[in-house]
Amino acid sequence: MEPAAKTARGVWRSVVQTGALWGAGAIFLALVGLVEAVSHRQIVAGVLSLAYALLLLAGLGAGTQVSRRWAGRAAWQRIVGGALAGALVGVAVELLVVIGRSVNLRIMLINASPPLYEILSFGRGLGGVPLMMLAQTGAGAIGAAAPLLPPWFRRPVIAGLSMAFVIGLFQDLVQLMLQSGVRAGLRSLLFTGDGLALHGAVLLFVFAAGLSVLRARYRAPAGRWAVGLPPQRRRVLRWITMGAVVAAILILPWVAGLFISQVLVLVGLYTLMGLGLNLEVGFAGLLDLGFVAFFAIGAYTVGLLTTTGPLAVAHLAWWTVVPIATVVSLIAGVFFGLPILRIRGDYLAIATLGFGEIIRLLVLSDFLRPWLGGSQGVLGIPRPVLVGLEFRGPQQLIYLTVVASALVAFVAARLRDSRLGRAWMAVREDEDVAEALGINTVNVKLLAYGIGGAFAGVSGAIFAVMLGSVFPHSFNVLISINVLALIIVGGMGSLPGVMVGSLALVGLPELLREFSDFRFLVYGAVLIVMMQLRPEGLWPTAVARRELHDGAQAPAVPGHAVELAGAKEGDG
Amino acid sequence: MRMKRLQILMTLTVALLLAVGAYFVPAAPAATMGPVTDSVGVVKVNKGQPVTIAYWLVVAGPDASLGVDSRRGIEIAVDDKKTVLGFPIKLIGEDSGCNAEGGVTAATKLASNQDIVAAIGSSCSSEAVPGAPILWKAGIVTVSPSNTAPKLTAADRGADFDGYLRTAHNDLVQGRVAAEFARKSLKVGKAATIHDGSPYAEGLANAFADNFKKLGGTITSQEAIAPTDTDMRPVLTKIAAGKPDLVYYPIFIAAGGFVTRQAKEVAGLQNVKLMSADGTFSPDFYKAGGDAVVGMYHTSPDLTEAALGTRYTAFLAKHKKKYGENVLSAFHAHAYDAAMIIFSAIEKVGKKDGAGNLYIGRKALRDALFATKGFRGVTGTITCNKSGDCADPKIAVYISNSSDPAKWNPGEEPKKIYP
Amino acid sequence: MAATLVAARIQRNWLQRLSVIDIFLWAFRLAVLAAVVVGTFRTLYSGRYAGEVWLDFVVFGVSQGSVYALIALGYTMVYGILRMINFAHGDIFMCGAYTAYYAAGALYRAGVFNRQPLLSLAIILAVAVTASTSVALLVERVAYRPLRRAPRLVPLISAIGASFFIEYAVRGLYGSGFQAYPEFEVFKGKWNVFGIGILRTQAVVIVATLILMGLLYLFVMRTKTGTAMRAVSEDMEVAALMGINVDRIIVITFAVGAAAAGAAGVLYALVFKQVHFFMGFYPGIKAFTAAVLGGIGNIPGAMLGGLFLGLFESVGPILVLDGLGIVAPYQLKDVIAFTMLVMVLIFRPSGILGERLAGKKA
Repeated sequence: MEPAAKTARGVWRSVVQTGALWGAGAIFLALVGLVEAVSHRQIVAGVLSLAYALLLLAGLGAGTQVSRRWAGRAAWQRIVGGALAGALVGVAVELLVVIGRSVNLRIMLINASPPLYEILSFGRGLGGVPLMMLAQTGAGAIGAAAPLLPPWFRRPVIAGLSMAFVIGLFQDLVQLMLQSGVRAGLRSLLFTGDGLALHGAVLLFVFAAGLSVLRARYRAPAGRWAVGLPPQRRRVLRWITMGAVVAAILILPWVAGLFISQVLVLVGLYTLMGLGLNLEVGFAGLLDLGFVAFFAIGAYTVGLLTTTGPLAVAHLAWWTVVPIATVVSLIAGVFFGLPILRIRGDYLAIATLGFGEIIRLLVLSDFLRPWLGGSQGVLGIPRPVLVGLEFRGPQQLIYLTVVASALVAFVAARLRDSRLGRAWMAVREDEDVAEALGINTVNVKLLAYGIGGAFAGVSGAIFAVMLGSVFPHSFNVLISINVLALIIVGGMGSLPGVMVGSLALVGLPELLREFSDFRFLVYGAVLIVMMQLRPEGLWPTAVARRELHDGAQAPAVPGHAVELAGAKEGDG
Repeated sequence: MRMKRLQILMTLTVALLLAVGAYFVPAAPAATMGPVTDSVGVVKVNKGQPVTIAYWLVVAGPDASLGVDSRRGIEIAVDDKKTVLGFPIKLIGEDSGCNAEGGVTAATKLASNQDIVAAIGSSCSSEAVPGAPILWKAGIVTVSPSNTAPKLTAADRGADFDGYLRTAHNDLVQGRVAAEFARKSLKVGKAATIHDGSPYAEGLANAFADNFKKLGGTITSQEAIAPTDTDMRPVLTKIAAGKPDLVYYPIFIAAGGFVTRQAKEVAGLQNVKLMSADGTFSPDFYKAGGDAVVGMYHTSPDLTEAALGTRYTAFLAKHKKKYGENVLSAFHAHAYDAAMIIFSAIEKVGKKDGAGNLYIGRKALRDALFATKGFRGVTGTITCNKSGDCADPKIAVYISNSSDPAKWNPGEEPKKIYP
Repeated sequence: MAATLVAARIQRNWLQRLSVIDIFLWAFRLAVLAAVVVGTFRTLYSGRYAGEVWLDFVVFGVSQGSVYALIALGYTMVYGILRMINFAHGDIFMCGAYTAYYAAGALYRAGVFNRQPLLSLAIILAVAVTASTSVALLVERVAYRPLRRAPRLVPLISAIGASFFIEYAVRGLYGSGFQAYPEFEVFKGKWNVFGIGILRTQAVVIVATLILMGLLYLFVMRTKTGTAMRAVSEDMEVAALMGINVDRIIVITFAVGAAAAGAAGVLYALVFKQVHFFMGFYPGIKAFTAAVLGGIGNIPGAMLGGLFLGLFESVGPILVLDGLGIVAPYQLKDVIAFTMLVMVLIFRPSGILGERLAGKKA
């Protein structure tokens, strides 16, 4: 509890602060254009649009925050406080409307347009102003009341609401999955033309709330039951689970449909790259911001060796080219690692970033156009064929990606537990000490670059056939950044983390394509929030988790063991 | 022990995966629905529901202004048209990122939505190459407002591209007009080109250079920059060493503005003629280039009131009112036309049943689009040929006499001088 | 510990230490050197470019380098203290330049712009600095401060997130088109300095950069706050024990770095005029490169790195690549810049002036 909240003035200050903060957030959403852009988007058709849902979330959040801060006070005080904070949010939003209607803000802020003000005042002109304040006050009170409810009641309600909200938000995708047969029936049950039907929302709410109640009741006993089984039975259980997972993967593309399969292929490609970069950054502690280079090398190798177009070097089958592409990327990795061997830490970041840009510029350049195609790219890459079956679309390619990811993950796991893996970790923790212990740091580092590059090369090889063409514009620095971000978000050094990370940072943005203009805005915000809530990543390694928890008390002195990668620079 | 089991598991998984991979869905068969039979498929729009049109354009990321500009053109077309055959129009869309993988993902998402009648896109040629076949496999015909790469509508483009048309100008057409104007009207002997590494600019610069040489001119140098470059003086100084009479830079507004301003500051280029293409044909370019734009040439579709009446100027007024800013790039009008020819094709092939539901045959729609002839659009008179080029081949050359964006009124300012 | 290791290394004689790696590195250096020499020779021998043209190239390089240097300052100062790459710095630069555009536009419409150029410039500068600084402080508070004790890469990812967020927030607020600054009549045309014609805007940028750089250097070296900054950079723990308010110093560092970025934004706008929501990204990366080139954490290093980078980009393509017969050499200017960066780092692994810092940190 904040010390300031103890005095009477402090109490008011905290209400005002909270309300102003959330109000500013709501105004920001309005001015950045998000509110207007999602105003036609119905969460529950005819009842709640996404725009109002977002706006009211601000009031709700303010209320909850005040109520949380005042834990220990009387319930009525907390609710009144929350309502006041909510009212403040409303005042802030309506202030924008009043100012905007009298002064033309649009010279500077292009979204401050009359339609926005209409939305912010429920389409009733100035008459809507008190209405919005009232609504926000209500939202604040509800938000403040939420923490007061007993958990057995609160949890199912929140689960139900979230379910309805998420399905409403992703209704586009859900509807895509439900286009034929029995599924089409489900679609017409839940949705109307514009969005979730009211009865559909209620159904979903009941469903999720029910599940939540069941989970609360049976989760602990089920866990106890599984633990209590004899080892043999438990193994069988594990096999059954594994079998179920494999079966799920097998039928997934046919259930989920074309688009989800495509997204999963992309997730798979990023997982492959992430596994490679994880080797460099997570295992060996070599920061690399130019990882896209190897991806490009793999893709271009496949392109040039298999294309039917005029740039062809050879007309090999894809299956023969994959090993070649892997080896070429491996060599490229070693070759690129050589000049930067002595460079450490953050210097490495920019040197590698430069390498990625160099490769992109070279494949784009007019100078190499006769051989690499310049900006017009390499076209006409045939799809791989296996015993007469063509991998022609995402629903087939997904198997290729899954198999490749599984193989590469397996290799990575074996490498991690090998002598080489331990050497990498030694180098990561302290290069000088590792050298003193007799580790050949040069070879070890070069192998990290080489093998990491090879993994990305495999990814590039699949990428090339997925597109059937290769263009230089696909290989910009944002890909390197994204791959780095996904292994950190997943949990550095953790293999399942890579997959979780790419699901979160590649899969989710793809699924949110509909809100395309705001995709990167949300992406940025998610990165910031994620790093504060789970700095160790979504699926961290045991070591990282432990270290981070020790590290929370220890000071951040440079060179402390908490610093996982690139902790040091300089010699001696 | 554990190792071995893992291996067995892996082998089993691989085998199983491959076995299931063998299951390949057949393509959508010919369908009959209501009053319509079509060899590719039929879209049914229930009474009261909207006709769905989708865009796949780059509306996020660094190239966003290209796609947002086009999308606004479509949105204005939807506002203008309001309904087709009495059905409201619903516009949905995807960001395609201006790269191949974005194009594939966007196209795949559209392809899996059976409600979509037709699509508009892509923004960049690199998206269309892998993306357009995916859409056509799902029976969705797409019209691009801004792909200019010649190969997309080449005679040998293949059956994959049967569902692809464009209202943008093929580079070959525009590059040829620019070269002819430079050689025949300006009587220029030596020219240099600059492109920015985009397929659009590279294609145009090459088409210009080829035609210019064919007409007996000399190309002193062909340079390239990055679209994010800001300091063009070094590259311009290099160009100046070849002493050209004209510099042709068919790039986009931002980089084009830098080139225009800085050319005047480079020794040896003060009196060189500057020429750009439709990528910079916008009032915003006047802001970007400042006073240096006075006296420079542009090739662009003939948008004068003499050719089109007030269609284009009226469009610009609507745009300003709706979005509070000037047009962002060059392809809003092409997008408007793309949407309009789609609506008109739907009106030709859509059939209603007794209950008032609408049926649209996909192959019939495609054929109707390819049969578009003499459609009076905002970019000229639109007639599609059999490989999908629809743009009016009338390319005009303009000269700028002012640098005030408020005076922008194609035909008068910049003034049309050719043909 | 480290000292004994170094001693052990020295004791091995050079022949024993000569490995395949060293041979490769030497071959790499020689190859780059040979390409540079051959290219240069052939370019100069062809005589296609007259003497004064080369001077122009140098001036272009120096003015572009000055802008890089000013942005690099913020990178370097934050890095010196927090050992953290502030990836969003380029976008903070953009915020300043973009927001100040509206001030410039308003002044222009009011007719003050060209009647009172100095006053206008001061107002624009103030707006830019205020905008940049407030965004930077907000970012520090929200995205960096909670992570001060987190592993090293965590703040980097947070910074990347902040970079995206700022870019697209500005895009949403100000629009996805671009704006162009009006032109100062006073700064049109050229000045003649020692017989070299320099564009006035470029001269202003170079001089302003030098002044700002000098002021900043004095601030860090001579004032009490500057001393505290250096102390924090040296050892955060001990500095705190000495009664220095570490949080405050960090905030000041961010503010000063951002103010420099804001000023850089205005100077950039003087030369290039256009502002756009994505304009910070590449200059940001370049400035970071400049900071590393000069030795990250070192203020004169940032200046030197920026100038070198500007020169490589401006002179390199024509001097080296043109002679090698490579078409459209300016497309590859970043290839030159980054190759030179790697070359410098091979010879001096911690940048041109970065030695002191690197030695201290190990």
